[in-house]
Amino acid sequence: MTISAPHALSVWKRNASMYARTWKLNLLPNFFEPVFYLMAIGVGVGAYIEEMGGVSYVQFLAPGLICVAAMNGASFEVTYNIYVRMSFENVYEAMLTTPVQPDDVLTGEVLWAVTRATIYGGVFFLVIALYGLAPMPGALLALPVVPLTGLLFAMIGVTYTLRVPTMDFFSFYFTLFLTPLFLFSDVFFPIEERLGGVWLLVAEVLPLLHPVRLARSCFSGTLGWISLWDVAYIVGVSFALFGWARRAVGARLIS
Amino acid sequence: MTASVVTLRGVAKCFDGRLAVDGVNLDVPAGSCFGLLGPNGAGKTTTLRMVYGVTQPSAGEIRVFGVDVARDARAVRSRLGVTLQENSLIEPLSPEDNLRIFGRYHLLAEPELSRRVEELMDFLELRSHAGVPVRNLSGGFQRRLSIAMSLMNRPELLILDEPTTGLDPAVRQALWARIRELQAEGTTILLTTHYMDEAERLCDRVAVFAEGRVESEGSPRDLIARHLAAETLELECDEATEAALLSDSGELRKMRAGNRLMVYVDDAASLLERVHGLGGTARPVVRPTNLEDVFLAITGTRIEEAEE
Repeated sequence: MTISAPHALSVWKRNASMYARTWKLNLLPNFFEPVFYLMAIGVGVGAYIEEMGGVSYVQFLAPGLICVAAMNGASFEVTYNIYVRMSFENVYEAMLTTPVQPDDVLTGEVLWAVTRATIYGGVFFLVIALYGLAPMPGALLALPVVPLTGLLFAMIGVTYTLRVPTMDFFSFYFTLFLTPLFLFSDVFFPIEERLGGVWLLVAEVLPLLHPVRLARSCFSGTLGWISLWDVAYIVGVSFALFGWARRAVGARLIS
Repeated sequence: MTASVVTLRGVAKCFDGRLAVDGVNLDVPAGSCFGLLGPNGAGKTTTLRMVYGVTQPSAGEIRVFGVDVARDARAVRSRLGVTLQENSLIEPLSPEDNLRIFGRYHLLAEPELSRRVEELMDFLELRSHAGVPVRNLSGGFQRRLSIAMSLMNRPELLILDEPTTGLDPAVRQALWARIRELQAEGTTILLTTHYMDEAERLCDRVAVFAEGRVESEGSPRDLIARHLAAETLELECDEATEAALLSDSGELRKMRAGNRLMVYVDDAASLLERVHGLGGTARPVVRPTNLEDVFLAITGTRIEEAEE
């Protein structure tokens, strides 16, 4: 099977048409979420912290939260939403009566999840920039990190979704995987100051660490060799999982 | 001889050790309406799914438009349309948007996309509620929309999996008329149905499935002649009366459902006279034998437990 870009795009357009109907409703919470985080943790908790990583706490927090927003945007799309389309709405069954193939479905859905992640993360970036927390123009370099974060978590999530037998398994994914990632991936505190030696190497496995470190380097103007490793991790893991997901989606949609 | 649009040769499908389809051979002639009949779980839907390539046969070969489906499902599906047993509609969106989105799966672009949407809204009478969210529409309307969607690519072969199940008589009549119009324009139709009147009205040929095999195939009229006889005499009688009534009639085809006996004969007149002799309780009816009688004669009257 080969991927057909126009067919994948028709799958993407299906979701985009749905979103276009309700974007006002969907976008509004996206605006408030970052404001709440910045207020409560950045400003509230931050008042008790003199500085972190050489900047004020709210400045430390800002780039990481952009990545978290992108992660969440992609994750909801490829878990609950794909599962509902697959198992309850028979969306893919209908698509597969047309020239659209399972590979196109996968590609279109991942593209859409990246789009959703970009909308989430982009809105977050905008709010942060309006607060004056994004040093210009350097912080703009962090913008491409948003879709990259979306791609990484779209691929991790869809790989999981193609394996689960029931929707109940998504609560594991969110509480036992995404929540610890959110808490321990350099978003709230610099892990290199907390972890030592071998643990620091082990932490390199954490997927959220890489986009967060990348975004923070863009904000602080400290892009370096490690940033290259971060990009390589994101792209490498995404493509490896894409290969796996192609086989899984074929097995799941074709009996 | 007309060419076959769909050819199945020795097709089998095994799910977890259970044979759902077991050595099926079929030829669907171009321009015909071909019906797959059979009880739930007999393998009809699995057979349809193999024809459009989302279920892969464990054995055998399937050609559609002369193309091996296993080899190029994309090419095959671009020329056929499928109405699934269960509608798959985008409920918050309007019929018009649903048609448009479905058309894009076939890579239709403007202005052709809009032209076909308009055309199908007329053909299946969707205009009255073209802008209403699908979730607010009746079952009959949703079904018409589903069929319209499967026609977006102007298919040469239209596959309908139980097209009129659960619909009221007026909607069924309207859909039958549309299906006949499509056939008159040259579309080949392959459908499954549990309604024998539907099969008899629409289908040039039918194949009766039982336990994954084709038990009998032919035109509805052929099947009636082959398995039963032209007329059916139905009456109320117990088994003792039946024995007395039919004692010297020789080998007759008959079927019993509770106290109701059906006897299949070419000419029911003489038998009817004898039934009248039994007195008033028999309540006899003479009617033409139909496909439902044949269906029951082939597949039996017991209730299947297996899933489709």
